[in-house]
Amino acid sequence: MSTSTTTTTTSTRRRAPITSTGIVFVVLALTIVAGAVLTAMSGRNFFSPGNISAILTGTSILGFIAIGQTLVILAGSLDLSVPYVTSLTSLVAGVIMAGQTSNIVLGVVVALGVSALIGLVNGLVVTLLDVHGFIATLGMGLILAGYLATNYKGSAGSAPRDFRLIGATNIGPVPVSTLIMLGCALLVILLLRRTRVGHHLYAVGGNREVARMSGLHTTTPVVLAHVLCSVLAGMAGLLLLARLSVGSPTIGAQGGYDLMSIAAVVLGGTVLAGGKGNILGTLGGVAIFAVMDNVMGVMEVNPFLKDVVRGVVIIAAVAVYARRTSARPPRFGKQPLGDRALQEAS
Amino acid sequence: MSTGTTTYDQAPGLLAERQGSRMQRLARTLGTPGGAVFILCGVLLAAVVAANPNFGEPGSLIRFIGRTAPITIAAMGQYFVIVAGEFDLSMGSVVTMQVVISGNLIGQDESRILPVMLLMLVLGTLVGLVNGLATTLLRVPSFIVTLGTMLALSGLVLYLTGGAATGNPVDSFRQIGRGGIRDVPVVDIIPYPAIILVVLAVGAVLLMRRPYGRTLIAAGDNPDATHLAGAPVWWVKTRAFILSSLAATVAGIILVGYAGVHPSVGRGYEFTAITAVVLGGVVLGGGRGWVLSAAAGAFALELLFTLLNFLGVASTWRDTVQGVIIILAVAAAGKAWRAGLRPRRRDPATTPQTPGTTAGDTTPHTPGTTAGDTGPTPPVPGTTTGEN
Repeated sequence: MSTSTTTTTTSTRRRAPITSTGIVFVVLALTIVAGAVLTAMSGRNFFSPGNISAILTGTSILGFIAIGQTLVILAGSLDLSVPYVTSLTSLVAGVIMAGQTSNIVLGVVVALGVSALIGLVNGLVVTLLDVHGFIATLGMGLILAGYLATNYKGSAGSAPRDFRLIGATNIGPVPVSTLIMLGCALLVILLLRRTRVGHHLYAVGGNREVARMSGLHTTTPVVLAHVLCSVLAGMAGLLLLARLSVGSPTIGAQGGYDLMSIAAVVLGGTVLAGGKGNILGTLGGVAIFAVMDNVMGVMEVNPFLKDVVRGVVIIAAVAVYARRTSARPPRFGKQPLGDRALQEAS
Repeated sequence: MSTGTTTYDQAPGLLAERQGSRMQRLARTLGTPGGAVFILCGVLLAAVVAANPNFGEPGSLIRFIGRTAPITIAAMGQYFVIVAGEFDLSMGSVVTMQVVISGNLIGQDESRILPVMLLMLVLGTLVGLVNGLATTLLRVPSFIVTLGTMLALSGLVLYLTGGAATGNPVDSFRQIGRGGIRDVPVVDIIPYPAIILVVLAVGAVLLMRRPYGRTLIAAGDNPDATHLAGAPVWWVKTRAFILSSLAATVAGIILVGYAGVHPSVGRGYEFTAITAVVLGGVVLGGGRGWVLSAAAGAFALELLFTLLNFLGVASTWRDTVQGVIIILAVAAAGKAWRAGLRPRRRDPATTPQTPGTTAGDTTPHTPGTTAGDTGPTPPVPGTTTGEN
């Protein structure tokens, strides 16, 4: 590569000691400080147990989905079907449980099985039919949306009291749902760091062709990522069922979890093209959203204006990482286009 | 790979697209995903007419074209961005924004129509400029940039309107979307949206044949090579975003005519437009596809909905059918593009490569192949587009 020399010199000249995950947490710390100040100006205490518990509760649902989304994005795909999987599992589990404590296990197993099946189909369409993940999961999302709209006219099913406790119990200021989410995150981190398939996931996401030439089965990690993503979206659906005590066909689409989870993943420093990033960063991204939401809630910002703030923050935050990574040597021969574009512009 | 030498034996300088008679070329074109969508349109049209013979009358056909104009124009705008290897998710919000602006600012005052339309075009350009510059200069992935502008714009519109229908522009403005040239023989009425659509389609085709269009496709196919060839990739892509936002603006102006002013107008337009573009055989990740195929994709989608309507399928199943169709269409298109990429290689050493790079799964350039290896791949994207 002809420009590799110049890129190397720039990288040696300003080598940042801080990792991209580090930046995410710096941004998170700044958000918390700003949030604490703004909350204090509204005459409340940001660090009160009640408020911390509210923020942590806010992280759990988007957290589940964003962890799954991270896996899929790392594998070089996308999952736009998650909101519909979430809605579907909340309905399936709610209808099966039908208020009976004895049906909890069955409901959970069937709901997660259904979501795993959806993920399997997604993964197979992406790998075997070679359909871009964007289209495959957009199509799957539409298929599920049609099914939901046809078969469920409104909320259905009901969660027994024991199941609702999952959404309502706190250990100290920490909600159980958030602990389950963090447990899942830990398992996924172990999967990515300690297992062979986890390493293959990074390799396939970074460059599928090179991974294939290196003798990896390129389908297995991608399919696994899609299955896990759908299962995690299903767990988010179960949690929503526990909170609302009824299954709802529109709950996923209302939350906009598809795009928000992708935004959280990218906010967490994972590269949208795949192969680079980690779960910790994603958790940081989710936490940034939760803190922002909480502060805007305390300040009683108009809900529509919240979206404006979110949009601006997403672009601004990702711009910071993107500018920073452009100073590093490319990992897989992709040259930093923006740097040259900047030179041209100036 | 040892294919570099073999190709020089076969007619050098003669591209595959230029070989054969006009009919052979036409047949070959219809074999590509970009051409097959026209066949799909024809089949769907025949099916709709079979289900409801009244639909086949010239009058109702031209009305159908008029109804389809907004989504077709949006699809053509989205095409510019997708062929450049990017996404524009902000399209639906731009449509909503323009609809609400026209509703509130024009009101019942006819003299305001022109200034407000000018303002709408300026705002559309501005949104496109922000999207484009943030994507190219700040290096934020376009998916994220346009997601951000989508959230920001729709939030702003909902905040300003309070989420309810507000404002009602004067009737002469709504005529742009609703009216037409009356008392025309055969078809009775030519709707203005159909005329706008044809003018924009011709403009888009001409633009894609100009150096800008060729550079745009090249930039989508391989930005690095395009940059090294001396093209200002950042500005080419930024202009694609501006074109996309302007297309959304025009779609919004038309939609005011028959959909009225409501903050929900334009919701989901971005995904429908992307679906239409992809249905037209344009490859996500950039570099392949023809602008009229994208328009035909929009028509195919609308014809499909019309067919489902006439067949009495519950409207709730529409989404499901759409989902199945796009997955199948893209799977078939992917196979066809790959088959078309190496049709005349007889070297047994060449193994079929599963293309897969970071941006799009269907880029033909396998990393690690030498420059000499690009010789035998005949369909230079620019020529594919031009010759169709």
